[in-house]
Amino acid sequence: MVVDQQGGDADRVFAALADATRRDIVLRVLQHAESVSALASRYAMSFAAVQKHVAVLERAGLVSKERRGREQLVSGRIDAVRAAARSLQLYEEIWRGRIGRMEDLLAEPLREDAAWLSSAPPPTPPPAP
Amino acid sequence: MAVISTTPDPSARTLTLVAELAAPPARVWQLWSDPRQLERWWGPPTWPATFVEHDLVAGGGSRYRMTGPDGEQAHGWWSVLAVDEPRSLELEDGFADEAGQPVPDLPTTRMRVRLEEAGAGSTRMTLVSEFATVEQMEQLTQMGMVEGLTLAMGQMDELLAA
Repeated sequence: MVVDQQGGDADRVFAALADATRRDIVLRVLQHAESVSALASRYAMSFAAVQKHVAVLERAGLVSKERRGREQLVSGRIDAVRAAARSLQLYEEIWRGRIGRMEDLLAEPLREDAAWLSSAPPPTPPPAP
Repeated sequence: MAVISTTPDPSARTLTLVAELAAPPARVWQLWSDPRQLERWWGPPTWPATFVEHDLVAGGGSRYRMTGPDGEQAHGWWSVLAVDEPRSLELEDGFADEAGQPVPDLPTTRMRVRLEEAGAGSTRMTLVSEFATVEQMEQLTQMGMVEGLTLAMGQMDELLAA
């Protein structure tokens, strides 16, 4: 499985992204790496709470942590995010196709609709004179 | 555009799709209930569907096959959970083997369809697809990649013809 190859379990990826703060953290660190303390200063919650969120994201393989001096730098792993979003996107494409074909069917002339309605075979043309 | 909104919800494993169709609910219902109409939209043109069984009543079900460009076949089944003609429909869609028997290891999707009058003889169709697990969701879309690709090609054809 694609997400597994990225180092996270798919269910964990989706569970991790179900939280608004964690989605926000992922979006931030996808743009550029940030330390946990810098992240903590952005949210109205304790350092420990932010650290917990980061740990959930890390377990899901959505971010990775790197020690730089005394700080922990958090960066996003875009491949895992992309893999998670891709499956729903593909499924949406399938349905867009189906609805497009529904529209085409509904736009067909009424006479043909009537033929589709009845299960009887189409009338045989009159014999040529 | 017929599709008004699409709302993927990864945490609930659902995709909600709202479309507006230019026909009253009773007419749109036929697209689901009449197997000959159903098979004209369920599979993409390159993988047309043939419904060999179709009983759209609660407790009923369907069997269908889709045939690919090289003659390869994919078999599927529906299990109808609830029917309120022409307002709502709930069913499960899964894969079957060549004999039409459900394959338990392959993904199933639960679909809830709601049809509402949207004025001027049109219908608002809300479709909620729900996957049992994320793994199933990924598996299914990987299998459905064929459809996605053929769809994209079809759109290219349209653009070229325009």
